[in-house]
Amino acid sequence: MNYIPQILFAIVLLLGIGYFAKNINKLVRNIKLGKKVDRTDKKGERWANMARIALGQQKMVVRPIAGFLHIIVYVGFIIINIEVLEIIIDGLFGTHRVFATLGLGAAYDILIGSFEILAFLVLVSVIVFWLRRNIIKLKRFFYPEMKGWPKNDGNIILYFEMVLMILFLTMNGADFTLQQMGADHYVQAGAFPVSQFLVPLFEGLNEGTLIIIERTAWWLHIIGILVFLNYLYFSKHLHILLAFPNTWFANLEPKGQFENLESVTKEVKLMMDPDADPFAAPAEGEMEEEPEKFGASDVMDLNQVQLLNAYTCTECGRCTSECPASQTGKKLSPRKIMMDTRDRLEEVGKNIDKNGKFEDDGKQLLDDYITREELWACTTCNACVEACPVSINPLSIIMDMRRYLVMEQSAAPTELNNMMGNVENNGAPWPYNQMDRLNWKNE
Amino acid sequence: MSETIQVPTMAEMMAAGKAPEVLFWVGCSGSFDDRAKKITKAFVKLLNKAKVDFAVLGTEESCTGDPAKRAGNEMLFQMQAMTNIEVLNGYEIKKIVTACPHCFNTIKNEYPSLGGTYEVVHHTQFLKSLLEDGRLTVEGGKFKGKRITFHDPCYLGRANDVYEAPRELIQKLDAELVEMKSCKKRGLCCGAGGAQMFKEPEKGNKDVNIERTEQAIETKPEIIAAGCPFCNTMLTDGVKGKDKEGVIEVMDVAELIANAEDL
Ligand code: SF4
Ligand code: SF4
Repeated sequence: MNYIPQILFAIVLLLGIGYFAKNINKLVRNIKLGKKVDRTDKKGERWANMARIALGQQKMVVRPIAGFLHIIVYVGFIIINIEVLEIIIDGLFGTHRVFATLGLGAAYDILIGSFEILAFLVLVSVIVFWLRRNIIKLKRFFYPEMKGWPKNDGNIILYFEMVLMILFLTMNGADFTLQQMGADHYVQAGAFPVSQFLVPLFEGLNEGTLIIIERTAWWLHIIGILVFLNYLYFSKHLHILLAFPNTWFANLEPKGQFENLESVTKEVKLMMDPDADPFAAPAEGEMEEEPEKFGASDVMDLNQVQLLNAYTCTECGRCTSECPASQTGKKLSPRKIMMDTRDRLEEVGKNIDKNGKFEDDGKQLLDDYITREELWACTTCNACVEACPVSINPLSIIMDMRRYLVMEQSAAPTELNNMMGNVENNGAPWPYNQMDRLNWKNE
Repeated sequence: MSETIQVPTMAEMMAAGKAPEVLFWVGCSGSFDDRAKKITKAFVKLLNKAKVDFAVLGTEESCTGDPAKRAGNEMLFQMQAMTNIEVLNGYEIKKIVTACPHCFNTIKNEYPSLGGTYEVVHHTQFLKSLLEDGRLTVEGGKFKGKRITFHDPCYLGRANDVYEAPRELIQKLDAELVEMKSCKKRGLCCGAGGAQMFKEPEKGNKDVNIERTEQAIETKPEIIAAGCPFCNTMLTDGVKGKDKEGVIEVMDVAELIANAEDL
């Protein structure tokens, strides 16, 4: 027996998975640059959310056409992965269609038959997706942040999926033809409702050529899958994995509830406590703490869930298309907030790869990526949060950056400073006297 | 005005040794803004009519801190919140009703972790329960068959998942409730939230309130119903901007009910 293909296969598999694991490590390291946040309460609700939103695709179908097509591609990918399992076993042990030889009988036919139908539906869906992006030119794929890499990325994924599906069907078609010829090693197994139509293409080819075609498609298919796996880290397609943890860690409180900063609570309590002595020296042995930075000007100031959000974003733009600011031509696009956060986080990550630890590069998320104009255009309406199919919260990042601008830099727009001055002095955002608060009663 | 309205303050109640059933949190808009004051009064009339034992804080009320928090000034927000919580806890308040979704959201969701935990309801929820308990009745006569569209305030709807209470009230008026193309979970903001009310919008090609008013106009309504003083202002401006004054009225749900009752 010739072991070379098996050894080769094992090497390819190891390389593919190894490189992927390395990048996942990097991803985890980068996410951990963020602040810790406790999102482990109400576990039951979290599992349920993950099941509903990530596994059940509940939010995708809010837009029925895209939602339906997406479910096909998604189900197709998950189920066809059972076939990948067979391919891996075959590859490692030199078997052929090992599941068929396990005596699954008719079940195997059903299995392969449904893979084929799914593969065909995936192919059709992916073509429709491609048309939506490139011919129909759906508006949400054409915002300024979608130029260059994000645009190509979207299409590369579609091409990948097309090629993988075509390879899968070609492999089956050739296999089926070989089975009919009674070729050695090619067990009579499987039903081929789609690839049977490819059989005429193979007419007149001899057994040797067919085996080459079948083997080539088989190898390219599995290598393609491994390349795809490794492509994820560089792509918005990471969502196929991260949607799960991301929905699990999502905020469970009412959307209107913004977190109260604990560091601020401490200070306010001290300020309002008549017994506190602001000039008191820290107690013996207690170190003078460095005051905590309020809000966020860079990715390290955000929390880990926000950074996970950034890696999970699929750049679908559902958030942006529902955003009132974006709809009325303002610069703000919640999708861009997420993409900028990821880009900056990647930049910081590369900096660490190179220097061993983060060396100041004179850049930050604020201004170098996200402008103040964008931040101030947000109405905090939560439409983006509601729209996101994978439970991302762009608003929380906007809020943290506003906090930095206001509390660390006193850089609010003048009108807002006036408003805040009024709240501070008269207890209302307008310059009215608090003593007049009940005047309406007698007017 | 035929009858005067009864608006007891907490201080008066306390002096008389009484505790009201509910505190009416009026809010800054409801206290100072001319348009919003009308909503406040309409709601008080309904409270009086239903003989609800309520009180206001009056001059002891202060901004909840919502616009400061949404502008990014957490420090000012928490100072406001703690001051208010001290007053509310001092009076041992248990239940609060307010006609402003921003006050509603802030007190309900953001005060508890700072030491202020109360049962907080929006005035549309409160009115709904008054009707259900038979303490208030409403006849639809005046609004029968009128086309009314309801604009979901972000801080009532998406922020807190309250979509039905205001709609049920409108339906009680025998009015024809028509929905805009984006409503409920997908309702479009009026443009005032997140402290936008207090500043000029960023550069763009349209104002948000105009966009929203256009969506409302598409439903050919006679009345645009609102449940928030800020939305009310934004949509009233929008209607003016589209030259539809006199054709379309912007009214708070409480005003609709009070009007139906000729209060
Ligand atoms: S919360 Fe801000 S960013 Fe999100 S949709 Fe509303 S305005 Fe846009
Ligand atoms: S944040 Fe959510 S809705 Fe917005 S582009 Fe990313 S995945 Fe899509």
